[in-house]
Amino acid sequence: MKLKELTEKCGLETVNGFADENKEIAGAYSSDLLSDVIANAKKDFVWITLQTHLNIIAVAALKELAAIIIVNNKEIDKDTLQKAEEEKVTLLRTGLNTFQISGKIYECGIH
Amino acid sequence: MNQRAMYSQSFTIKGGDFINAGTVSVRIKRLLKEIGLKPDIIYRAAICCYEAEMNVVMYANEATLDFTITVENITVKLSDKGPGIKNIELAMKEGYSTATEKMREMGFGAGMGLPNIKNNADVFEIESEIAKGTIISFKINLNGKH
Repeated sequence: MKLKELTEKCGLETVNGFADENKEIAGAYSSDLLSDVIANAKKDFVWITLQTHLNIIAVAALKELAAIIIVNNKEIDKDTLQKAEEEKVTLLRTGLNTFQISGKIYECGIH
Repeated sequence: MNQRAMYSQSFTIKGGDFINAGTVSVRIKRLLKEIGLKPDIIYRAAICCYEAEMNVVMYANEATLDFTITVENITVKLSDKGPGIKNIELAMKEGYSTATEKMREMGFGAGMGLPNIKNNADVFEIESEIAKGTIISFKINLNGKH
């Protein structure tokens, strides 16, 4: 499934536009521990997290993730938005919590 | 420069600089892409560099990262000035961390940093002296299976 399609199906808010809306999503990973994501997320995954500080951008850039999905409608730091722009990392947001959005994404066929 | 070295560069990493944390790793990754190394190699090198870089940001005062590519491997040596590691065996244990509460809130301190380097590198060495600093070296082979 393409990133744009997932965004629409799950009602995700696009925070900074898409770096690549046609990116084919390879999977998803839910975690708030950065080293855990570094170890276990894979290229073109979406990463579901409640972390909003700027260090999440380097993780997404290094792992070549398709997008970061911020849960609980958490406000995103200005530094984070700027860094996301620089590194061309797509930020999406949802009012759902990690459990709920993970379930929804799973239901969309991403396992 | 080593005679067989195709490329080498040194970077400085500042302790406590969370704003630029990860920048050196992202730069190294770009460099490896430009050189045209295999994606799997780049991926593993990037993970190792990131974890090593974050360790400096979180625990040390300053560090120099020396990065060399030869026809055989990527070698990274990171020497920091810092408190050193009391118990290396413990530090290598997955889940063990001395991160502060604040760092943990940010999602650091999972106790996976050094194990992540060890798992992704082909050679990994660490030595440390209390109140002086820590030296981490790792190699990633360009040919052959990990």
